[in-house]
Amino acid sequence: MTQLPAHTDRKLGLVIDLDTCVGCHACVIACKGWNTENYGTPLSDQDPYGAEPSGTFLNRVHSFEITPETGAAQLVHFPRSCLHCEDAPCVTVCPTGASYKRVEDGIVLVNEADCIGCGLCAWACPYGAREMDAAAGVMKKCTLCIDRIYNENLPQEDREPACVRTCPAGARHFGDLADPDSDVSLLVAARGGFDLMPEQGTKPVNKYLPPRPKDRLEETDILAPFLEPVAETPQGFLGWLDRALDRF
Amino acid sequence: MAQRHPTLDLSPKVSDEIRKTTCYMCACRCGIDVHLKDGRVAYIEGNRDHPVNKGVLCAKGSAGIMQVNAPSRLRAPLRRTGPRGSGQFEEITWEEALQTAVDWMAPLRAEAPEKLAFFTGRDQSQSLTSYWAQAFGTPNYAAHGGFCSVNMAVAGITTMGGAFWEFGQPDWERTKLLLLFGVAEDHDSNPIKIGLGKLKGRGARVIGINPVRSGYNAVADDWFGITPGTDGLLILSLVHCLLKAGRIDLPYLAQFTNAPVLVNGDPDSPDHGLFLRDAAGKPLVLDRKTHQPVPFDAPGVTPDLAHTYRRAGITHRPVFRHLADRYLSPDYAPEQVAAKCGIPAPRIRALAAELARVAFDEAIEIAQPWTDFRGRTHDKMTGRPVAMHAMRGISAHSNGFQTARALHFLQILLGTVETPGGFRFKPPYPKPMEAHPKPHAKPTPDQPLAGPHLGFPQGPEDLALDANGTPQRIDKAFTWENPLSAHGLMHMVIANAHAGDPYRIDTLFLYMANMAWNSSMSTGRVIEMLTDTDPDTGDYVIPRIIYSDAYSSEMVAYADLILPDTTYLERHDCISLLDRPISEAEAAADAIRWPVIQPDRDVRGFQSVLIDLGARLNLPGFVTEDGQPKYADYADYITTHQRRPGIGPLMGFRGEGQSTGRGDPNPDQLDRYIAAGGFHTHPIPEEAQFYKPWNRAYQDWAVALGLYDSPQPYLFNLWLEPLRRFQRAAEGHGPHQPPDHLRDRIRATMDPLPLWYEPFEDAAIDTEAYPLHALTQRPMAMYHSWGTQNAWLRQVHGENPLYLPTDLWQEQGFTEGDWARVTSPHGTITVPVAHMAALNPSTVWTWNAIGKRKGAWALDPKASEATRGFLLNHLIHELLPPKGDGHRWANSDPVTGQAAWFDLRVRIEKTAPPKEAQPGFPAITSPVPKGPDALAWKTTP
Repeated sequence: MTQLPAHTDRKLGLVIDLDTCVGCHACVIACKGWNTENYGTPLSDQDPYGAEPSGTFLNRVHSFEITPETGAAQLVHFPRSCLHCEDAPCVTVCPTGASYKRVEDGIVLVNEADCIGCGLCAWACPYGAREMDAAAGVMKKCTLCIDRIYNENLPQEDREPACVRTCPAGARHFGDLADPDSDVSLLVAARGGFDLMPEQGTKPVNKYLPPRPKDRLEETDILAPFLEPVAETPQGFLGWLDRALDRF
Repeated sequence: MAQRHPTLDLSPKVSDEIRKTTCYMCACRCGIDVHLKDGRVAYIEGNRDHPVNKGVLCAKGSAGIMQVNAPSRLRAPLRRTGPRGSGQFEEITWEEALQTAVDWMAPLRAEAPEKLAFFTGRDQSQSLTSYWAQAFGTPNYAAHGGFCSVNMAVAGITTMGGAFWEFGQPDWERTKLLLLFGVAEDHDSNPIKIGLGKLKGRGARVIGINPVRSGYNAVADDWFGITPGTDGLLILSLVHCLLKAGRIDLPYLAQFTNAPVLVNGDPDSPDHGLFLRDAAGKPLVLDRKTHQPVPFDAPGVTPDLAHTYRRAGITHRPVFRHLADRYLSPDYAPEQVAAKCGIPAPRIRALAAELARVAFDEAIEIAQPWTDFRGRTHDKMTGRPVAMHAMRGISAHSNGFQTARALHFLQILLGTVETPGGFRFKPPYPKPMEAHPKPHAKPTPDQPLAGPHLGFPQGPEDLALDANGTPQRIDKAFTWENPLSAHGLMHMVIANAHAGDPYRIDTLFLYMANMAWNSSMSTGRVIEMLTDTDPDTGDYVIPRIIYSDAYSSEMVAYADLILPDTTYLERHDCISLLDRPISEAEAAADAIRWPVIQPDRDVRGFQSVLIDLGARLNLPGFVTEDGQPKYADYADYITTHQRRPGIGPLMGFRGEGQSTGRGDPNPDQLDRYIAAGGFHTHPIPEEAQFYKPWNRAYQDWAVALGLYDSPQPYLFNLWLEPLRRFQRAAEGHGPHQPPDHLRDRIRATMDPLPLWYEPFEDAAIDTEAYPLHALTQRPMAMYHSWGTQNAWLRQVHGENPLYLPTDLWQEQGFTEGDWARVTSPHGTITVPVAHMAALNPSTVWTWNAIGKRKGAWALDPKASEATRGFLLNHLIHELLPPKGDGHRWANSDPVTGQAAWFDLRVRIEKTAPPKEAQPGFPAITSPVPKGPDALAWKTTP
């Protein structure tokens, strides 16, 4: 068993806006590109041009349909990656200490040198956020781009995770969720950000912002006055036109 | 266990160098930062300074790294050795390849230039390719717009002097309500997503009108799951509601549109339906102050919309009176259209009311004085913050032109075009239809064409017909069948060439167009046409095919000579103001590509090859006076070519490097672009930011930049007079007469006011036998056969089930993993299906062009794209089913010729799973080796 820190100085994480995510997979591929080239072993792909291509991804987007009791069905795009839980079961289950949570910022990482590829952490994670790399035989997971966010070789504005930097719709936000005054904490407060599967007791750091209510237009009876006819007959319409033109 | 946290290097080196160029993973032309390590591409991200994407990048863009190492990249010029379609080739040298091409083409130019048909697909160098084709002298040139979105382009340009996407955009900063009609997941990719993010961020509302609630429609606040092909009817019903309530922008209509222009109202007059004009040809309006007709642009005029004017026994009514008569009709009441559109009447009314409320009760003002073309100074800019965007969903129907026009009509009635919060043009637009060329199509041996191929006919006299009325172009563009086919009809080229109608050709020269697969209607039949032989000669009916592509696409197997192109990171390009630049509403902008890496194969950028061929063929403009090649390569052309004195492909750093727009060629221009991040922007002054078609400050700015040589103010065309000219001809007036069998259709469809009619296929078939509409959508993370089947992206979109709506799913007892037989009037396919609830109940759909042919794209023949993937193309025909009138009617829009892909009707039956999706095609021999079994791409392991 590996211990979690009793306290982390910061809680760096993502806030993902499900009202804005269009499901484009930009974050998926930017993550794949950065993390193939950077932290640890590359994210490999097996049978990349074959019948069953299967690669390692640290972030995937799923789409779910919701069919309300009344009204039209809806589609929600749901990006999924490590939530950097405060009570991360993937860490405590690790037999070698390879999985750990950083005291400085709460990021959950895998020390690939110590990872024996047993896969227990992936079984323990209720979110399915870890993937075993088939080529390297080590466990891969979201690092919050730890080699970007502190990287002095990058301009300050680029020191954020690749998925956040690339998100075209601006649906992904990065910051310190331990600081109640941070932009991400304020966003969570304003939009009713929620924990994914709180019943698991993992206390995820990442938060999701819920989709806003949809298909409300037909409820707007108050709009009726905006379509009051100006006249009931063609002659009446012409009269209205003439009077209206006189006013300009 | 004891903690042994490793010491991490938190500041690893990111790259040796960043090279900034332009993406080409789709058509949107975002700026990219290409990180290189040891000379290899290590990572690609968005360029933060770039006007298009402002730093962000979509999945396709980030996956570019898998494109430049794709196994499907062609490696050397190829000459066909086996039968066409076998995929059997031998590698040859460039010298052999170029000489072969010259040997084929030079005799054609000398004797019959029209025997060469040169069509380019998703070409971003149309300014060059059209110039080349013009110099060659063949009338047979166009790009792919005819099967893409020419309805949007032509409706936009003819109605308001510019179209969506490349020529304009919503005012993302100010709009409060955005309507998206028929927009799937692209066009334009990142800007729409950035814009939606901005709208969401400030609580503005988005309404999606689309049969499928995916992508942008999934995040829309309201979804109107409209029945395909009925958007025009919905829009005209909104027009009805707004007009009836007087919720239209009368001052805008009076000042900036042809609503006040007087129209001849005498049915017996030869000029019936045409404008009353002065001796100089200017349309006349009634001045409300003097009650006298005056030219529309007369200083001080107050144009009237209400009163008629009688002259010489003929009553002339303003356009506004005509449109009021038509759209106030109860035929357009929501209750009348609801069932057809699949939208309940109260929702239509609610949408109209919301448009009215936002446009007029949430109007915005910018305290910015400006002066209009009549010399009147306005003290502010008033905005109607309703923006609209549309794409192929409304466009790819046989009523798509009039539907797109109806949409612009709605925008204009609300006063939302070129006003704050609405739709804004991007330079070089706005540009009136009359400022575009007319088509040129008369071939002369050994001579260039007299002018550009593509343009805007103003009437029957401008059609591309010879003295006998025979079409001059192989695709029959600019004929009575489709007079305003301003992008040509690429989808008809192979069928017409095969049929010898209007004539046979010798050489078909294609660039970046997968006509043997997903870019053709009825793929199987096109394959037969490409391989069919003439019994008299034993030769192929289309004797020679030259093809240029960077990748081993399906089309490669059907060509005789392959000129392998580079990938987008290995080439020069210019995204030019002469063509389709990257301008934004606030600034003109153009951009380049440059070789950020060198090819590791014997390939050449197609544009450089074309320039080389031009010189070898001795084409005017491609050789110097002493017959030497005028340009070393495309880079040299980009820098030194002048289309008009001082005007070249790139606007920036001209002359000594300080001039923008006009100026002498600057040999350092490309270096300056590279140093500037691959693009150049030229801001529009504040005073000129809105009302551009009528704004003196904008017009003067555009002239100074070289967009045009004199101010070009104009009125928006609510009444589209050129259509009326064709309609008049169909009524029997004038020397240019259509064939009799087309008269009724021209009369019915070329209406000068927008109208809706039933899609032709619906009218031609028993819709009860084919009760469903079948559509495709382009996924956000994949761009059909633009590039290769990318190793990362195919893990996102490797499958394309046919999505079925709930009722159909339940009625036939489908369950997950089932297959269905899908039958149209033209063919049958058998494909995997899946359930989708957020779908119009009479619509089925799938992702576009995921299906691949075995042997193409260096994929394993067992790849899901080749075994489970499929195309709807097999169900579509370029012609409608026979009507029994002796004619075969095109499955195209009757105004523009746009391929009516989305008119497709089908029926569905559950079936036992076949071994593979049907129809199956035999594998083609791959001209490139198979890809690796595993990837772990890291430049510095």
